[in-house]
Amino acid sequence: MREYIFWEVKTMQKNFLIILLVGLLALVGCGDGGSGTDDSGKIIKIGHVAPLTGPISHLGKDNERGAQLAIDEANAAGITIGGEKVEFRLLSEDDEANPQKGTVVAQKLVDSGVAGVIGHLNSGTTIPASKIYHDAGLAQISPSATAIMYTHQGYKTAFRVMANDEQQGKVLGDYAVKTIGAKKIAVIDDRSAYGKGLADEFEKAAKSAGGEIVTREFTDTTKTDFTAILTKIKGLNPDVIFYGGMDAQAGPMMKQVKNLGITATYLSGDGIQSKQFLVLAGEEGEGAYASSPGLPLEKMDGGKSFQEKFLQTYHEDIQIYAPFTYDATSILIDAMVRADSTNPESYLPLLSQTDYQGVTGQIRFDENGDLRGGSISLYRVKNGAWEYIETVGGE
Amino acid sequence: MDIFFQQVINGLVLGSVYALVALGYTMVYGILGLINFAHGEVVMVGAMVALATVAYLFGYFPELNPIVMVLIAATTSVISCMVLSYFIERLAYRPLRKAPRLAPLITAIGISILLQNLAMIIWGRQYKTVPKIFSFETREFLGANITDLQIFIIVLSAILMTLLLLIVNYSKLGRAMRATSESQRIAGLLGVNINKIISFTFVIGAGLGAVAGILVAANYSVAHYSMGFMLGLKAFTAAVLGGIGNLGGAVLGGLLLGLIESIGAGYIGDITGGFLGSHYQDVFAFLVLIIVLVFRPTGIMGERISERA
Repeated sequence: MREYIFWEVKTMQKNFLIILLVGLLALVGCGDGGSGTDDSGKIIKIGHVAPLTGPISHLGKDNERGAQLAIDEANAAGITIGGEKVEFRLLSEDDEANPQKGTVVAQKLVDSGVAGVIGHLNSGTTIPASKIYHDAGLAQISPSATAIMYTHQGYKTAFRVMANDEQQGKVLGDYAVKTIGAKKIAVIDDRSAYGKGLADEFEKAAKSAGGEIVTREFTDTTKTDFTAILTKIKGLNPDVIFYGGMDAQAGPMMKQVKNLGITATYLSGDGIQSKQFLVLAGEEGEGAYASSPGLPLEKMDGGKSFQEKFLQTYHEDIQIYAPFTYDATSILIDAMVRADSTNPESYLPLLSQTDYQGVTGQIRFDENGDLRGGSISLYRVKNGAWEYIETVGGE
Repeated sequence: MDIFFQQVINGLVLGSVYALVALGYTMVYGILGLINFAHGEVVMVGAMVALATVAYLFGYFPELNPIVMVLIAATTSVISCMVLSYFIERLAYRPLRKAPRLAPLITAIGISILLQNLAMIIWGRQYKTVPKIFSFETREFLGANITDLQIFIIVLSAILMTLLLLIVNYSKLGRAMRATSESQRIAGLLGVNINKIISFTFVIGAGLGAVAGILVAANYSVAHYSMGFMLGLKAFTAAVLGGIGNLGGAVLGGLLLGLIESIGAGYIGDITGGFLGSHYQDVFAFLVLIIVLVFRPTGIMGERISERA
């Protein structure tokens, strides 16, 4: 049958279409009315990006909460900048842990006129987004992106408040060979910037410590079935299996490791050192090792009180990085206060000279924007909880 | 060489699930010539409903026998999926039965997206965990490890698939289904209630899909709103591999795809000398599909679709 031309369509159908179109336009038309002043002071927007949907949305939400807590405290304290009372607002965006979405969202934040950005969570999204923030001259502080490249691009706008994967990989590699005593190691990574980067650093360190890497396998950030690669690894009989990736995969993976009767020790980085890993892996998670930048919450100077505040406000426990977003937001606001301006041109130089006692420890940056004196702590799952072992590095 | 057998076991478990879902796709395609893209999402709904039911029972009636809990959850899940699928057919596909082929196809994609988003809103975006109500023992068999659950998956799938094949080939209902599959018009003229048969096809497919969803959630201990997409895509691939419209083909295709994926992922590195890694697992599976179709376009066991009267 030939195509219908618009005026040949029955009137009722046409009317329906017109009403639909008008309705959609109306919805689009009344978008949000930009920023502006409030009677409580000038509104300063601070951007925050993390995956709020998808497999690690629990971590994204956790990050958002940490930042929001800092914002709420700053507002309660009543801050004045440039002679005006200011009120901070968190503009929270979802990058779905997807690098393409990350750049779209970064541009959106830049266009919304944010004064600075806390984020992103994943190295894979932080790195592409950092170019956009750099071009816009906005400060970007990441609470959790540990890939080395983030601060090695020569951007004066990129900072992070935790140790990077070069340190983490080295600590893990040394620990695997020297402390756990592994001779044969199998490495798996999830092909993300974080997973691959950490696994590469781990391999380097493990090899130079004298370990033998028997195989390097790959998966991705959406799979839940690892039986094929784990079976192959089982055949090679390693002492340690190292996974570079997040808890959403590591949890099911641990279960499959145990079900296949693999006796190797499971080792991974900060991506799995969370409550969610314990939930996902269940009793099969027993004995897994993981590292995490910084000190354990109980050993952090402000850790206990931060945890109490967090529980009081959100009635849910911290996952991993909330203390880091809290500190990142705090030092951003602190830099603005010290510069007496929310203009990045004014506060950026002061941000790089930060010397701040945060919840996670003393925060100072080196010339790349990396945390000076960052430490890495090691944990092991015992009786269904993360047990602290030791801390390496730090000042 | 004992890891080869382990890979075979892995493949059979994976393949059994693919086969169950593939049957749903193949039956609908055989009768209506429609690729029911929403089927993967129905499988996901099955898993989520079962999970929600178990979580509810676990929370309010913890003293219940775990087997009873699972049976209640399974029944609830299967019935929900059957009802869901019935309404999808009635409301979205039936009005389009005389429309050009593209219309119901796009509708199916639309329903798939709708269900995914509804699930995300209802059950949240996180991976949902399966509460541990059973302890499964791992058994060793010819050097490979297999859990009781995995044995159960293979056996249950086999039973269900055999049951379906028996119904379709030896019962009156099955005859009606095959007649409708051959030619809707003629079957209708000979007294078959076409609408009822088509509804029944969707409902049976959904039932099997719900069971598949439950088995997948139990096996990997996680379920989430986007788990249906890739599973559905691969199951449909399996159905095409075996011969779309052909029930035996769906079973064969499913098992074969599972085996190819497992063995492929395990040996790709060795075969290509380290050039391709195990993250090419999916690529490998779809490559095999393409090669099979190039040499045998109707799939391994041949197509069986109705003539559109």
